[in-house]
Amino acid sequence: MDFTFEEQQLAFRDAIRKFLMVEAAPEMLREIWETTQSGRSAEFRAKLADQGLTALSVPEDFGGIGLGDLDWVLVQQELGYFAIPDSLPATGYLGVYLLNRLPADVALKREWLPRIAAGQARIAVGHPINPLVADAKNADLLLLWHDDEVHALRPDQVELTLNPSIDQSRRLYRVRWQPGEKTRVCAASIGRTLWAGVIDRAGVAISAQLLGLAQRMLDLGVDHAAQRKQFGKPVGSFQAVKHHMADVAVKIEFAEPVVHRAAYALTHADPRAPVYVSNARLAAGEAALLAARKSIQVHGAMGYTWETDLQMFMKRAWALDATWGDRKYHKTRVANHLFASGAALGPGETFA
Amino acid sequence: MRLEYTERQKQFRAEVREWLAANVPKAPLQSFDTQEGFEQHRVWERKLSERGFSAVTWPKELGGRGSDLIEWLIFEEEYWRAGAPLRVNQNGVFLLAPTLMEYGTPAQKERFLPRMATAEDTWAQGWSEPGAGSDMAAIRSKAVRQDGHYVINGQKTWSTRAVFADWLFGLFRSEPDSQRHHGLTFLLVPLKTPGITIRPIKQLNGLTGFAEIFFDDVKVPVENRLGDEGAGWNIAMATAGFERGLMLRSPARFQQTARQLVDLYLQHRDQADADPAIRDAVMKSWMQAEAYTLATYRTACRLAKGGHIGAEASTNKIFWSELDLLMHETAMAILGARAELMPHAPDAGDVGHWLDGFLFAQAGPIYAGTNEIQRNIIAERMLGLPRA
Repeated sequence: MDFTFEEQQLAFRDAIRKFLMVEAAPEMLREIWETTQSGRSAEFRAKLADQGLTALSVPEDFGGIGLGDLDWVLVQQELGYFAIPDSLPATGYLGVYLLNRLPADVALKREWLPRIAAGQARIAVGHPINPLVADAKNADLLLLWHDDEVHALRPDQVELTLNPSIDQSRRLYRVRWQPGEKTRVCAASIGRTLWAGVIDRAGVAISAQLLGLAQRMLDLGVDHAAQRKQFGKPVGSFQAVKHHMADVAVKIEFAEPVVHRAAYALTHADPRAPVYVSNARLAAGEAALLAARKSIQVHGAMGYTWETDLQMFMKRAWALDATWGDRKYHKTRVANHLFASGAALGPGETFA
Repeated sequence: MRLEYTERQKQFRAEVREWLAANVPKAPLQSFDTQEGFEQHRVWERKLSERGFSAVTWPKELGGRGSDLIEWLIFEEEYWRAGAPLRVNQNGVFLLAPTLMEYGTPAQKERFLPRMATAEDTWAQGWSEPGAGSDMAAIRSKAVRQDGHYVINGQKTWSTRAVFADWLFGLFRSEPDSQRHHGLTFLLVPLKTPGITIRPIKQLNGLTGFAEIFFDDVKVPVENRLGDEGAGWNIAMATAGFERGLMLRSPARFQQTARQLVDLYLQHRDQADADPAIRDAVMKSWMQAEAYTLATYRTACRLAKGGHIGAEASTNKIFWSELDLLMHETAMAILGARAELMPHAPDAGDVGHWLDGFLFAQAGPIYAGTNEIQRNIIAERMLGLPRA
């Protein structure tokens, strides 16, 4: 039993954190909103690729690093902390997962996996669990669900309509397309399992990002409370303000191991992984939503402004919490497990 | 990361499970807040100690099993799963013992620990005073050094298990004009010493789980001092760290309650679903019990790799005490009009234990440092917010 990460995994996480601290300051994110229509920066994507992030789970045979869900989970926390506006999770994690598991004779993976690893391709992944497809317009390849089949389409094969989100960094599209023999790359019999794997991986990715977002909003709230003075002292010296922040710290502390366990369960194909993922989604979502509420409260009127950076983290948290399965969806999955007859619950069952 | 038990850990679990199945009393013991119940629990502790099970994390030569924290968690899981009795000597085994092992002299360890393991000596806590509750540094009870003794005068209160226990550990002011956390000394006091008057305090449940203690020229030999004179505060903080941190409330306790709550909900599902908040609270209970378990395993693994428990111990205390309330409030909501029945009420059936738990859960956010104090600690020491 060892519930800690390897030194190497932590070192990689730390390196990514340092890199993002320099390269992804809130001003940079704002600049991307304001100066690009796509909401994405090719230059920034190239830097992400230099860090190895696009190659992370691409197998070594295809030019990647061949790492797994546990390595990703730590990286995703950092992506959340810095509210990275990029389709990296959909491309490097979900897209790679899908492509890599397509039947062996599908030429698509030989074509795309090396390009993804090299940072030269963006993938959009569409499943009806989300009404719209994120980053469809920037994508070089769209992997779309149709009756549990997997279809692969080029941008010229789809018709896109932009739907603006409250999160300025998100780019959501309604996608109209025609499924056909030529677009299908995987039959429903195999696709069903693959899509389930995508939903669970998206669940871990989002949980981890929500944790990172929660931590960032907590840090912003604490910074503000330590600096802002009223009644002649920092507002953070008042108990009512302290306790808002402490409540968030508690939520994060007890959500993080749930998220890490879910990632571990995916890595090891644990049959309980879907329940663990939903548990992680609910725990991390709760932490992020509480962090948003408490942090804006601690910021006072400044928190309600466009100018204050808190907004970009709050909006990301609000948006992400309902993607790839909203709370209703994840609660249903937990309930189905918990209230099934003969469910193994209670002391001694957590790791059994 | 490796979230599987080793073969050795599995064998340990099997051994504990088998032993408990053969030895846990078939009929529940009486409450240890009664004289008879206290003695029944003492006998049970002695039974546990025959296998080194009363203090599994202690070294073998002191009466334990030399278990690491993972084995301790496994032991606790089996213990709660088996419905075994509550631990009457918890103050000693889980709170004082780790402090004794760190700060005690070899002679003190030899003298106190083996008798603690067999519950020949049972222990009460002596922290709070009428004027020193959340503000523990306001302690006023004096211990004046005189000819190889400390002479204690003053009053302690909310002293858990003190009504029937043999010993008390606590803080006393040994430097007459000292302020706050300076000049305090950690003493081990036999409760049978002349000059001690114990007045039981009746609790919410009608029993006397704690007491106030009056000290009137009570003489305690100097060798009963733990650590240096005047160093009591830091030593006590170490105890408080263990209490809030890991060993006071193992996750298994809450997992067992969560499992029972799921069962209770399923038994009453038709009526319970009339209030949709109940189903949600049951799910939340299970998820939080699971989260507490995962977090504790993570802490145990970090400690094994040389980490320390810091202010995050305060997050634990808030989390489990609020979870315990949630679970029992939910059970009360499911039971509806039967929830108020005392366990011995003829029509209570087997639901009365939920009321006991509900009452006890009210104390969780108060004892071992109120949750408000814990939030202050988190804000100041974990998050770095300025002091008031």
